[in-house]
Amino acid sequence: MTPRSDRPVALFVLRSCALGTITILVLIVAFVVGESVDVLRNAGLSRLWTDPTWHPASKTNPTFGAVPMIVGTLFATAGAVVVALPLGLLCAVFVNYHATHTLRRLVNGVIELLAGIPSVVYGLWGLTTLVPIIAMIRGPGTSLLAGILVLALMILPTIVLLIDQALREQPAELALSAAALGLSKSRIIWSVLVPSAWRSIGTASLLATARALGETMAVLLVCGNAIKTPTSLFDSVRTLTANIALEMAYAMDTHRSALFASGLLLLGLVGLLIAGIELLERRVRT
Amino acid sequence: MQLKTCEILSAVALLTFVALPGCARHANSETVIVTGSSTIAPLAADVAREFERAHPGVRVDVQTGGSSRGLTDTRRGLAQIGMVSRALGPHEHDVVGFSVAIDGVCVITHRDNPINSLSKSQVQKIYTGAIEHWSEIGGAHQPITVVSKAAGRSTLAVFLQYVGCDSTDIDADVVIGDNEQGIKTVAGNPTAIGYVSVGAAESALARGVAIRIPSLDGVQPSTSTIRDGSHPIRRVLNLVTLTRPEGVTRQFIDYFRSEAAHELIARHYFVSVDPP
Repeated sequence: MTPRSDRPVALFVLRSCALGTITILVLIVAFVVGESVDVLRNAGLSRLWTDPTWHPASKTNPTFGAVPMIVGTLFATAGAVVVALPLGLLCAVFVNYHATHTLRRLVNGVIELLAGIPSVVYGLWGLTTLVPIIAMIRGPGTSLLAGILVLALMILPTIVLLIDQALREQPAELALSAAALGLSKSRIIWSVLVPSAWRSIGTASLLATARALGETMAVLLVCGNAIKTPTSLFDSVRTLTANIALEMAYAMDTHRSALFASGLLLLGLVGLLIAGIELLERRVRT
Repeated sequence: MQLKTCEILSAVALLTFVALPGCARHANSETVIVTGSSTIAPLAADVAREFERAHPGVRVDVQTGGSSRGLTDTRRGLAQIGMVSRALGPHEHDVVGFSVAIDGVCVITHRDNPINSLSKSQVQKIYTGAIEHWSEIGGAHQPITVVSKAAGRSTLAVFLQYVGCDSTDIDADVVIGDNEQGIKTVAGNPTAIGYVSVGAAESALARGVAIRIPSLDGVQPSTSTIRDGSHPIRRVLNLVTLTRPEGVTRQFIDYFRSEAAHELIARHYFVSVDPP
Protein backbone atom coordinates (compact mmCIF):
# COMPACT_ATOMS: atom_id res chain seq x y z
CA MET A 1 0.00 0.00 0.00
CA THR A 2 1.42 3.38 -0.96
CA PRO A 3 0.54 6.53 0.93
CA ARG A 4 -0.90 7.93 -2.30
CA SER A 5 -3.66 5.31 -2.48
CA ASP A 6 -4.59 6.04 1.12
CA ARG A 7 -4.97 9.70 0.52
CA PRO A 8 -8.46 9.93 -1.06
CA VAL A 9 -10.03 8.05 1.88
CA ALA A 10 -8.19 10.02 4.53
CA LEU A 11 -8.92 13.24 2.74
CA PHE A 12 -12.60 12.38 2.54
CA VAL A 13 -12.80 11.59 6.26
CA LEU A 14 -10.89 14.72 7.23
CA ARG A 15 -13.06 16.87 4.97
CA SER A 16 -16.19 15.34 6.46
CA CYS A 17 -14.98 16.17 9.95
CA ALA A 18 -14.22 19.76 8.97
CA LEU A 19 -17.56 20.05 7.20
CA GLY A 20 -19.28 18.52 10.23
CA THR A 21 -17.80 21.17 12.51
CA ILE A 22 -18.91 23.98 10.21
CA THR A 23 -22.36 22.44 9.83
CA ILE A 24 -22.78 22.26 13.60
CA LEU A 25 -21.87 25.94 13.91
CA VAL A 26 -24.28 26.92 11.15
CA LEU A 27 -27.01 24.79 12.75
CA ILE A 28 -26.45 26.45 16.13
CA VAL A 29 -26.76 29.92 14.61
CA ALA A 30 -29.83 28.83 12.65
CA PHE A 31 -31.34 27.37 15.81
CA VAL A 32 -30.76 30.54 17.83
CA VAL A 33 -32.25 32.66 15.05
CA GLY A 34 -35.16 30.23 14.74
CA GLU A 35 -35.89 30.35 18.47
CA SER A 36 -35.72 34.17 18.43
CA VAL A 37 -38.22 34.48 15.57
CA ASP A 38 -41.20 34.68 17.93
CA VAL A 39 -39.98 37.81 19.71
CA LEU A 40 -38.44 39.30 16.55
CA ARG A 41 -41.72 39.04 14.71
CA ASN A 42 -44.03 40.08 17.57
CA ALA A 43 -41.89 42.69 19.25
CA GLY A 44 -38.85 43.36 17.08
CA LEU A 45 -35.18 43.26 18.05
CA SER A 46 -35.19 47.02 18.67
CA ARG A 47 -37.38 46.54 21.76
CA LEU A 48 -34.28 45.13 23.43
CA TRP A 49 -33.03 48.71 23.64
CA THR A 50 -36.20 50.81 23.38
CA ASP A 51 -38.22 49.19 26.21
CA PRO A 52 -37.60 50.78 29.61
CA THR A 53 -37.67 47.60 31.72
CA TRP A 54 -37.15 43.84 31.50
CA HIS A 55 -40.33 42.01 32.51
CA PRO A 56 -40.67 39.41 29.76
CA ALA A 57 -42.72 37.03 31.90
CA SER A 58 -45.44 39.59 32.68
CA LYS A 59 -48.78 38.36 31.36
CA THR A 60 -50.38 41.78 30.92
CA ASN A 61 -47.58 43.94 29.59
CA PRO A 62 -44.34 42.13 28.78
CA THR A 63 -41.33 44.40 28.25
CA PHE A 64 -37.94 43.46 26.86
CA GLY A 65 -35.59 46.33 27.71
CA ALA A 66 -32.11 44.83 27.86
CA VAL A 67 -30.09 48.08 27.95
CA PRO A 68 -29.09 47.75 31.64
CA MET A 69 -27.86 44.24 30.89
CA ILE A 70 -26.02 45.28 27.72
CA VAL A 71 -24.36 48.11 29.67
CA GLY A 72 -23.59 45.70 32.52
CA THR A 73 -22.02 43.22 30.12
CA LEU A 74 -19.87 45.88 28.45
CA PHE A 75 -18.77 47.46 31.76
CA ALA A 76 -17.87 44.12 33.32
CA THR A 77 -15.97 43.00 30.22
CA ALA A 78 -14.17 46.29 29.62
CA GLY A 79 -13.35 46.62 33.32
CA ALA A 80 -11.87 43.13 33.42
CA VAL A 81 -9.68 43.83 30.39
CA VAL A 82 -8.56 47.19 31.81
CA VAL A 83 -7.51 45.45 35.05
CA ALA A 84 -6.03 42.31 33.49
CA LEU A 85 -4.15 43.79 30.51
CA PRO A 86 -1.54 45.86 32.42
CA LEU A 87 -1.12 43.05 34.97
CA GLY A 88 -0.74 40.49 32.21
CA LEU A 89 1.70 42.64 30.26
CA LEU A 90 3.88 43.25 33.33
CA CYS A 91 3.75 39.58 34.19
CA ALA A 92 4.78 38.56 30.66
CA VAL A 93 7.61 41.11 30.61
CA PHE A 94 8.84 39.88 34.00
CA VAL A 95 8.75 36.25 32.94
CA ASN A 96 10.54 37.00 29.66
CA TYR A 97 13.24 39.43 30.63
CA HIS A 98 13.74 39.44 34.39
CA ALA A 99 12.97 36.00 35.81
CA THR A 100 15.51 33.23 36.24
CA HIS A 101 14.88 30.04 34.34
CA THR A 102 13.43 28.21 37.36
CA LEU A 103 11.23 31.12 38.36
CA ARG A 104 10.01 31.43 34.80
CA ARG A 105 8.97 27.79 34.68
CA LEU A 106 7.29 28.13 38.07
CA VAL A 107 5.30 31.23 37.06
CA ASN A 108 4.30 29.68 33.74
CA GLY A 109 3.12 26.56 35.54
CA VAL A 110 1.02 28.57 37.97
CA ILE A 111 -0.49 30.62 35.13
CA GLU A 112 -1.40 27.47 33.21
CA LEU A 113 -2.96 26.04 36.36
CA LEU A 114 -4.94 29.26 36.75
CA ALA A 115 -6.27 28.78 33.21
CA GLY A 116 -7.47 25.30 34.09
CA ILE A 117 -9.60 26.20 37.13
CA PRO A 118 -13.32 25.79 36.31
CA SER A 119 -15.22 29.08 36.24
CA VAL A 120 -17.71 27.96 38.89
CA VAL A 121 -14.81 27.61 41.34
CA TYR A 122 -13.78 31.20 40.63
CA GLY A 123 -17.40 32.17 41.19
CA LEU A 124 -17.67 30.36 44.53
CA TRP A 125 -14.38 31.86 45.68
CA GLY A 126 -15.66 35.29 44.64
CA LEU A 127 -18.97 34.82 46.44
CA THR A 128 -17.53 33.51 49.70
CA THR A 129 -14.30 35.54 49.91
CA LEU A 130 -14.28 38.56 47.63
CA VAL A 131 -17.92 39.64 48.01
CA PRO A 132 -17.87 39.86 51.86
CA ILE A 133 -14.71 42.00 51.62
CA ILE A 134 -16.38 44.37 49.14
CA ALA A 135 -19.50 44.40 51.34
CA MET A 136 -17.37 45.75 54.19
CA ILE A 137 -16.48 48.77 52.03
CA ARG A 138 -19.96 49.25 50.62
CA GLY A 139 -22.99 46.95 50.35
CA PRO A 140 -24.37 44.74 48.93
CA GLY A 141 -20.96 43.29 47.97
CA THR A 142 -22.22 41.36 44.98
CA SER A 143 -21.38 44.05 42.46
CA LEU A 144 -19.88 45.18 39.19
CA LEU A 145 -16.54 45.45 41.02
CA ALA A 146 -16.69 41.81 42.16
CA GLY A 147 -17.52 40.77 38.61
CA ILE A 148 -14.65 42.79 37.14
CA LEU A 149 -12.12 41.37 39.61
CA VAL A 150 -13.19 37.75 39.15
CA LEU A 151 -13.33 38.13 35.36
CA ALA A 152 -9.90 39.82 35.36
CA LEU A 153 -8.46 36.87 37.24
CA MET A 154 -10.06 34.48 34.77
CA ILE A 155 -8.75 36.17 31.63
CA LEU A 156 -5.31 36.90 33.07
CA PRO A 157 -3.83 33.52 31.99
CA THR A 158 -4.98 34.03 28.40
CA ILE A 159 -3.35 37.45 28.28
CA VAL A 160 -0.10 36.41 29.98
CA LEU A 161 0.39 33.28 27.88
CA LEU A 162 -0.32 35.04 24.56
CA ILE A 163 1.84 38.09 25.27
CA ASP A 164 4.60 35.88 26.66
CA GLN A 165 4.62 33.93 23.41
CA ALA A 166 4.60 37.11 21.31
CA LEU A 167 7.57 38.54 23.22
CA ARG A 168 9.47 35.28 22.90
CA GLU A 169 8.97 35.34 19.13
CA GLN A 170 10.52 38.79 18.71
CA PRO A 171 13.59 38.52 16.45
CA ALA A 172 16.81 38.41 18.48
CA GLU A 173 18.49 41.13 16.35
CA LEU A 174 15.91 43.63 17.61
CA ALA A 175 17.20 43.42 21.18
CA LEU A 176 20.81 43.14 19.98
CA SER A 177 20.68 46.25 17.77
CA ALA A 178 18.94 48.21 20.51
CA ALA A 179 21.65 47.14 22.94
CA ALA A 180 24.30 48.09 20.41
CA LEU A 181 22.85 51.59 20.39
CA GLY A 182 23.60 51.73 24.08
CA LEU A 183 20.02 51.64 25.35
CA SER A 184 19.37 50.51 28.89
CA LYS A 185 17.56 47.23 29.50
CA SER A 186 14.28 48.87 30.50
CA ARG A 187 14.47 51.17 27.47
CA ILE A 188 15.01 48.16 25.20
CA ILE A 189 12.00 46.38 26.70
CA TRP A 190 9.54 49.27 26.84
CA SER A 191 10.57 51.28 23.76
CA VAL A 192 11.55 48.50 21.37
CA LEU A 193 10.37 45.02 22.22
CA VAL A 194 6.91 45.67 23.69
CA PRO A 195 5.87 48.20 21.03
CA SER A 196 6.98 45.89 18.24
CA ALA A 197 4.66 43.20 19.65
CA TRP A 198 1.65 45.50 19.91
CA ARG A 199 -0.48 43.60 17.37
CA SER A 200 -0.10 40.37 19.29
CA ILE A 201 -0.95 42.27 22.46
CA GLY A 202 -4.06 43.57 20.69
CA THR A 203 -5.02 40.06 19.63
CA ALA A 204 -4.49 38.82 23.19
CA SER A 205 -6.78 41.50 24.60
CA LEU A 206 -9.48 40.80 22.03
CA LEU A 207 -9.38 37.07 22.73
CA ALA A 208 -9.53 37.81 26.45
CA THR A 209 -12.45 40.18 25.83
CA ALA A 210 -14.32 37.44 24.00
CA ARG A 211 -13.71 35.09 26.92
CA ALA A 212 -14.91 37.67 29.46
CA LEU A 213 -17.96 38.46 27.35
CA GLY A 214 -19.06 34.84 27.25
CA GLU A 215 -18.30 33.99 30.87
CA THR A 216 -21.48 33.06 32.72
CA MET A 217 -21.21 31.03 35.90
CA ALA A 218 -18.71 33.18 37.79
CA VAL A 219 -20.44 36.49 37.02
CA LEU A 220 -23.82 34.94 37.85
CA LEU A 221 -22.54 34.20 41.35
CA VAL A 222 -20.77 37.47 42.14
CA CYS A 223 -22.52 40.26 40.20
CA GLY A 224 -25.80 40.42 42.13
CA ASN A 225 -27.90 40.22 38.97
CA ALA A 226 -30.28 43.10 39.71
CA ILE A 227 -31.42 44.62 36.42
CA LYS A 228 -30.28 48.22 36.89
CA THR A 229 -27.88 50.36 34.91
CA PRO A 230 -24.92 50.64 37.29
CA THR A 231 -23.95 54.12 38.48
CA SER A 232 -20.98 52.99 40.55
CA LEU A 233 -18.59 50.06 40.82
CA PHE A 234 -20.46 48.88 43.93
CA ASP A 235 -23.81 48.55 42.15
CA SER A 236 -25.31 45.19 41.34
CA VAL A 237 -25.40 44.37 37.61
CA ARG A 238 -26.75 41.59 35.46
CA THR A 239 -24.90 40.50 32.33
CA LEU A 240 -26.64 39.08 29.26
CA THR A 241 -25.10 35.66 29.83
CA ALA A 242 -26.14 35.59 33.49
CA ASN A 243 -29.65 36.61 32.45
CA ILE A 244 -29.90 33.70 30.04
CA ALA A 245 -28.58 31.24 32.64
CA LEU A 246 -30.88 32.59 35.38
CA GLU A 247 -34.09 32.67 33.41
CA MET A 248 -33.81 30.14 30.59
CA ALA A 249 -34.69 27.12 32.72
CA TYR A 250 -37.99 28.71 33.68
CA ALA A 251 -38.80 30.69 30.57
CA MET A 252 -41.63 29.89 28.19
CA ASP A 253 -42.94 31.28 24.91
CA THR A 254 -42.04 34.94 24.26
CA HIS A 255 -39.87 35.12 27.37
CA ARG A 256 -37.81 32.17 26.13
CA SER A 257 -37.65 33.71 22.68
CA ALA A 258 -36.47 37.04 24.14
CA LEU A 259 -33.64 35.20 25.89
CA PHE A 260 -32.61 33.65 22.58
CA ALA A 261 -32.70 37.12 21.00
CA SER A 262 -30.30 38.38 23.68
CA GLY A 263 -28.14 35.35 22.89
CA LEU A 264 -28.18 36.44 19.26
CA LEU A 265 -26.97 39.86 20.36
CA LEU A 266 -24.07 38.23 22.25
CA LEU A 267 -23.26 36.11 19.23
CA GLY A 268 -23.08 39.30 17.15
CA LEU A 269 -20.74 40.96 19.65
CA VAL A 270 -18.41 37.94 19.72
CA GLY A 271 -18.54 37.85 15.89
CA LEU A 272 -17.36 41.47 15.79
CA LEU A 273 -14.49 40.66 18.15
CA ILE A 274 -13.40 37.67 16.05
CA ALA A 275 -13.51 39.89 12.95
CA GLY A 276 -11.32 42.39 14.81
CA ILE A 277 -8.81 39.69 15.67
CA GLU A 278 -8.78 38.49 12.06
CA LEU A 279 -8.15 42.06 10.87
CA LEU A 280 -5.24 42.51 13.29
CA GLU A 281 -3.66 39.23 12.25
CA ARG A 282 -4.02 39.95 8.56
CA ARG A 283 -2.17 43.24 9.08
CA VAL A 284 0.62 41.36 10.83
CA ARG A 285 1.08 39.11 7.83
CA THR A 286 1.19 41.83 5.17
CA MET B 1 2.27 4.59 8.20
CA GLN B 2 1.62 8.00 9.59
CA LEU B 3 -1.25 8.55 7.20
CA LYS B 4 -2.76 5.28 8.27
CA THR B 5 -2.82 6.39 11.92
CA CYS B 6 -4.32 9.66 10.85
CA GLU B 7 -7.01 7.81 8.94
CA ILE B 8 -7.90 5.59 11.87
CA LEU B 9 -8.08 8.60 14.16
CA SER B 10 -10.38 10.45 11.77
CA ALA B 11 -12.59 7.42 11.43
CA VAL B 12 -12.86 7.19 15.22
CA ALA B 13 -13.72 10.88 15.39
CA LEU B 14 -16.38 10.48 12.73
CA LEU B 15 -17.82 7.40 14.43
CA THR B 16 -18.07 9.31 17.68
CA PHE B 17 -20.18 11.93 15.93
CA VAL B 18 -22.45 9.32 14.40
CA ALA B 19 -22.67 6.85 17.25
CA LEU B 20 -22.99 9.08 20.33
CA PRO B 21 -26.64 10.06 19.92
CA GLY B 22 -27.50 6.37 19.75
CA CYS B 23 -25.95 5.58 23.12
CA ALA B 24 -28.76 7.09 25.13
CA ARG B 25 -31.15 4.29 24.26
CA HIS B 26 -31.01 1.03 26.16
CA ALA B 27 -32.53 -1.92 24.43
CA ASN B 28 -33.81 -3.96 27.34
CA SER B 29 -34.46 -1.51 30.19
CA GLU B 30 -37.39 0.76 30.75
CA THR B 31 -36.66 4.42 31.37
CA VAL B 32 -38.86 6.94 33.10
CA ILE B 33 -37.86 10.53 32.45
CA VAL B 34 -38.72 13.01 35.20
CA THR B 35 -38.07 16.72 34.62
CA GLY B 36 -38.99 20.00 36.28
CA SER B 37 -38.72 21.87 39.57
CA SER B 38 -35.25 22.19 41.05
CA THR B 39 -36.92 22.10 44.49
CA ILE B 40 -38.26 18.58 43.98
CA ALA B 41 -35.39 17.24 41.87
CA PRO B 42 -32.92 16.34 44.66
CA LEU B 43 -35.69 14.48 46.51
CA ALA B 44 -36.91 12.82 43.31
CA ALA B 45 -33.36 11.70 42.52
CA ASP B 46 -33.09 10.02 45.94
CA VAL B 47 -36.50 8.40 45.60
CA ALA B 48 -35.55 7.27 42.09
CA ARG B 49 -32.40 5.60 43.41
CA GLU B 50 -34.39 3.63 45.99
CA PHE B 51 -37.02 2.80 43.39
CA GLU B 52 -34.39 1.53 40.95
CA ARG B 53 -32.97 -0.69 43.69
CA ALA B 54 -36.40 -2.18 44.28
CA HIS B 55 -37.15 -2.54 40.56
CA PRO B 56 -34.12 -3.87 38.67
CA GLY B 57 -34.14 -3.09 34.95
CA VAL B 58 -35.94 0.21 35.43
CA ARG B 59 -34.06 3.49 35.04
CA VAL B 60 -35.47 6.74 36.38
CA ASP B 61 -33.78 9.77 34.83
CA VAL B 62 -34.31 12.94 36.92
CA GLN B 63 -33.51 16.28 35.28
CA THR B 64 -34.02 19.79 36.62
CA GLY B 65 -35.07 22.95 34.85
CA GLY B 66 -37.96 24.45 36.77
CA SER B 67 -41.66 23.81 37.17
CA SER B 68 -42.48 25.41 33.82
CA ARG B 69 -40.14 23.03 32.06
CA GLY B 70 -41.70 20.11 33.93
CA LEU B 71 -45.11 21.08 32.59
CA THR B 72 -43.88 21.79 29.05
CA ASP B 73 -41.87 18.57 28.80
CA THR B 74 -44.82 16.52 30.06
CA ARG B 75 -47.21 18.19 27.62
CA ARG B 76 -44.81 17.65 24.72
CA GLY B 77 -44.22 14.04 25.76
CA LEU B 78 -40.49 14.65 26.33
CA ALA B 79 -40.91 13.41 29.90
CA GLN B 80 -43.28 10.88 31.43
CA ILE B 81 -43.45 12.81 34.70
CA GLY B 82 -43.13 16.54 35.35
CA MET B 83 -42.23 18.03 38.74
CA VAL B 84 -44.18 21.16 39.62
CA SER B 85 -43.50 22.85 42.96
CA ARG B 86 -46.80 24.72 43.29
CA ALA B 87 -50.51 24.06 43.16
CA LEU B 88 -51.78 23.49 39.63
CA GLY B 89 -53.64 26.45 38.12
CA PRO B 90 -57.13 26.35 36.58
CA HIS B 91 -55.69 26.30 33.04
CA GLU B 92 -53.51 23.34 33.90
CA HIS B 93 -56.16 20.64 34.10
CA ASP B 94 -54.91 19.07 30.89
CA VAL B 95 -52.40 17.22 33.08
CA VAL B 96 -52.99 14.79 35.94
CA GLY B 97 -51.48 15.96 39.23
CA PHE B 98 -50.29 13.97 42.26
CA SER B 99 -49.19 15.80 45.38
CA VAL B 100 -46.14 14.16 46.93
CA ALA B 101 -45.00 16.59 49.63
CA ILE B 102 -45.38 20.10 51.05
CA ASP B 103 -42.65 22.70 51.15
CA GLY B 104 -42.59 25.97 53.03
CA VAL B 105 -40.75 29.10 51.94
CA CYS B 106 -39.21 31.18 54.71
CA VAL B 107 -37.42 34.48 55.01
CA ILE B 108 -33.77 34.27 56.03
CA THR B 109 -31.38 36.88 57.37
CA HIS B 110 -27.76 36.84 58.49
CA ARG B 111 -26.99 35.28 61.89
CA ASP B 112 -25.65 38.60 63.20
CA ASN B 113 -28.93 40.36 62.45
CA PRO B 114 -30.67 40.90 65.81
CA ILE B 115 -34.21 40.95 64.37
CA ASN B 116 -35.99 37.77 65.43
CA SER B 117 -39.48 38.28 64.07
CA LEU B 118 -41.02 39.95 61.06
CA SER B 119 -44.57 40.66 60.02
CA LYS B 120 -46.07 40.14 56.61
CA SER B 121 -46.40 43.89 56.01
CA GLN B 122 -42.77 44.48 57.02
CA VAL B 123 -41.60 41.83 54.56
CA GLN B 124 -43.80 43.36 51.89
CA LYS B 125 -42.45 46.86 52.54
CA ILE B 126 -38.85 45.64 52.51
CA TYR B 127 -39.32 43.91 49.17
CA THR B 128 -41.11 46.84 47.53
CA GLY B 129 -38.52 49.34 48.75
CA ALA B 130 -40.77 51.17 51.26
CA ILE B 131 -38.45 50.13 54.10
CA GLU B 132 -34.79 50.58 53.17
CA HIS B 133 -32.95 50.51 56.49
CA TRP B 134 -32.89 47.89 59.23
CA SER B 135 -33.17 50.72 61.77
CA GLU B 136 -36.74 51.42 60.56
CA ILE B 137 -37.84 48.11 62.06
CA GLY B 138 -35.59 48.15 65.12
CA GLY B 139 -32.39 46.79 63.64
CA ALA B 140 -28.92 48.14 62.96
CA HIS B 141 -28.24 51.44 61.20
CA GLN B 142 -27.56 49.76 57.89
CA PRO B 143 -29.28 49.67 54.51
CA ILE B 144 -31.14 46.44 53.72
CA THR B 145 -29.76 44.26 50.93
CA VAL B 146 -32.83 42.71 49.32
CA VAL B 147 -32.18 39.28 47.80
CA SER B 148 -34.84 37.98 45.42
CA LYS B 149 -35.16 35.16 42.92
CA ALA B 150 -34.97 35.33 39.14
CA ALA B 151 -38.17 35.67 37.09
CA GLY B 152 -40.05 32.42 36.59
CA ARG B 153 -38.75 30.57 39.67
CA SER B 154 -41.55 28.90 41.58
CA THR B 155 -40.14 29.97 44.96
CA LEU B 156 -40.60 33.55 43.69
CA ALA B 157 -44.18 32.77 42.65
CA VAL B 158 -45.02 31.34 46.09
CA PHE B 159 -43.39 34.30 47.84
CA LEU B 160 -45.16 36.86 45.62
CA GLN B 161 -48.48 35.21 46.31
CA TYR B 162 -47.82 35.52 50.06
CA VAL B 163 -46.82 39.19 50.03
CA GLY B 164 -49.49 39.99 47.45
CA CYS B 165 -47.16 41.66 44.95
CA ASP B 166 -46.43 41.46 41.28
CA SER B 167 -42.88 40.65 40.15
CA THR B 168 -42.61 44.21 38.76
CA ASP B 169 -43.12 45.67 42.29
CA ILE B 170 -40.07 43.92 43.71
CA ASP B 171 -37.09 46.20 44.20
CA ALA B 172 -34.16 43.78 44.57
CA ASP B 173 -30.46 44.50 45.13
CA VAL B 174 -29.37 40.96 44.39
CA VAL B 175 -31.11 38.42 42.19
CA ILE B 176 -30.20 34.77 42.64
CA GLY B 177 -30.96 31.42 41.06
CA ASP B 178 -31.30 28.43 43.35
CA ASN B 179 -31.71 28.02 47.13
CA GLU B 180 -28.06 27.25 47.74
CA GLN B 181 -26.95 30.46 46.03
CA GLY B 182 -29.50 32.36 48.11
CA ILE B 183 -28.19 30.91 51.36
CA LYS B 184 -24.55 31.59 50.41
CA THR B 185 -25.42 35.16 49.45
CA VAL B 186 -27.26 35.92 52.72
CA ALA B 187 -24.65 34.13 54.85
CA GLY B 188 -21.98 36.34 53.29
CA ASN B 189 -23.79 39.63 53.93
CA PRO B 190 -24.91 40.77 57.43
CA THR B 191 -27.41 43.25 55.96
CA ALA B 192 -29.13 40.84 53.58
CA ILE B 193 -32.64 39.42 53.61
CA GLY B 194 -33.72 36.61 51.32
CA TYR B 195 -36.24 33.82 50.98
CA VAL B 196 -35.62 30.13 50.32
CA SER B 197 -37.25 26.76 50.94
CA VAL B 198 -37.59 26.02 54.66
CA GLY B 199 -36.01 22.66 53.98
CA ALA B 200 -32.92 24.25 52.46
CA ALA B 201 -32.72 26.87 55.24
CA GLU B 202 -33.06 24.31 58.05
CA SER B 203 -30.46 22.08 56.48
CA ALA B 204 -28.04 25.03 56.13
CA LEU B 205 -28.71 26.01 59.75
CA ALA B 206 -27.95 22.44 60.85
CA ARG B 207 -24.62 22.67 59.01
CA GLY B 208 -23.79 25.83 60.95
CA VAL B 209 -24.16 28.29 58.05
CA ALA B 210 -24.40 31.89 59.31
CA ILE B 211 -28.09 32.49 58.69
CA ARG B 212 -31.16 33.08 60.86
CA ILE B 213 -34.80 32.17 60.23
CA PRO B 214 -36.94 34.92 61.78
CA SER B 215 -40.54 34.09 62.69
CA LEU B 216 -43.25 35.40 60.39
CA ASP B 217 -46.38 36.89 61.98
CA GLY B 218 -45.42 35.08 65.18
CA VAL B 219 -45.01 31.66 63.60
CA GLN B 220 -41.57 30.06 63.49
CA PRO B 221 -41.16 28.50 60.03
CA SER B 222 -40.28 24.82 60.45
CA THR B 223 -41.21 21.37 59.26
CA SER B 224 -43.81 21.09 62.03
CA THR B 225 -45.52 24.44 61.38
CA ILE B 226 -45.80 23.46 57.73
CA ARG B 227 -47.35 20.15 58.71
CA ASP B 228 -50.04 21.81 60.85
CA GLY B 229 -50.62 24.50 58.23
CA SER B 230 -49.86 27.47 60.52
CA HIS B 231 -46.80 28.63 58.54
CA PRO B 232 -48.22 31.05 55.97
CA ILE B 233 -45.89 30.55 52.98
CA ARG B 234 -46.31 26.97 51.94
CA ARG B 235 -46.75 25.14 48.71
CA VAL B 236 -47.62 21.68 47.53
CA LEU B 237 -45.09 19.73 45.49
CA ASN B 238 -46.71 17.89 42.62
CA LEU B 239 -45.87 15.27 40.06
CA VAL B 240 -47.81 15.60 36.82
CA THR B 241 -48.46 13.24 33.93
CA LEU B 242 -50.17 13.84 30.61
CA THR B 243 -52.60 10.93 30.95
CA ARG B 244 -53.58 8.57 33.79
CA PRO B 245 -50.24 6.91 34.51
CA GLU B 246 -49.69 3.25 33.73
CA GLY B 247 -46.94 0.69 34.12
CA VAL B 248 -43.61 1.82 35.51
CA THR B 249 -44.65 5.47 35.61
CA ARG B 250 -47.59 4.56 37.84
CA GLN B 251 -45.37 2.36 40.03
CA PHE B 252 -42.91 5.21 40.52
CA ILE B 253 -45.61 7.72 41.49
CA ASP B 254 -47.17 5.19 43.90
CA TYR B 255 -43.76 4.53 45.40
CA PHE B 256 -43.18 8.27 45.82
CA ARG B 257 -46.48 8.58 47.73
CA SER B 258 -45.97 5.46 49.85
CA GLU B 259 -44.54 5.09 53.37
CA ALA B 260 -41.27 3.96 51.79
CA ALA B 261 -40.49 7.49 50.60
CA HIS B 262 -41.49 9.27 53.85
CA GLU B 263 -38.05 9.02 55.37
CA LEU B 264 -36.44 10.46 52.25
CA ILE B 265 -38.99 13.29 52.17
CA ALA B 266 -38.24 14.10 55.81
CA ARG B 267 -34.52 13.98 55.14
CA HIS B 268 -35.05 16.73 52.54
CA TYR B 269 -36.96 18.78 55.16
CA PHE B 270 -40.20 18.45 53.27
CA VAL B 271 -43.45 17.21 54.79
CA SER B 272 -45.03 14.07 53.39
CA VAL B 273 -48.63 14.01 52.23
CA ASP B 274 -50.98 11.19 53.17
CA PRO B 275 -52.36 9.39 50.14
CA PRO B 276 -56.01 10.35 49.54
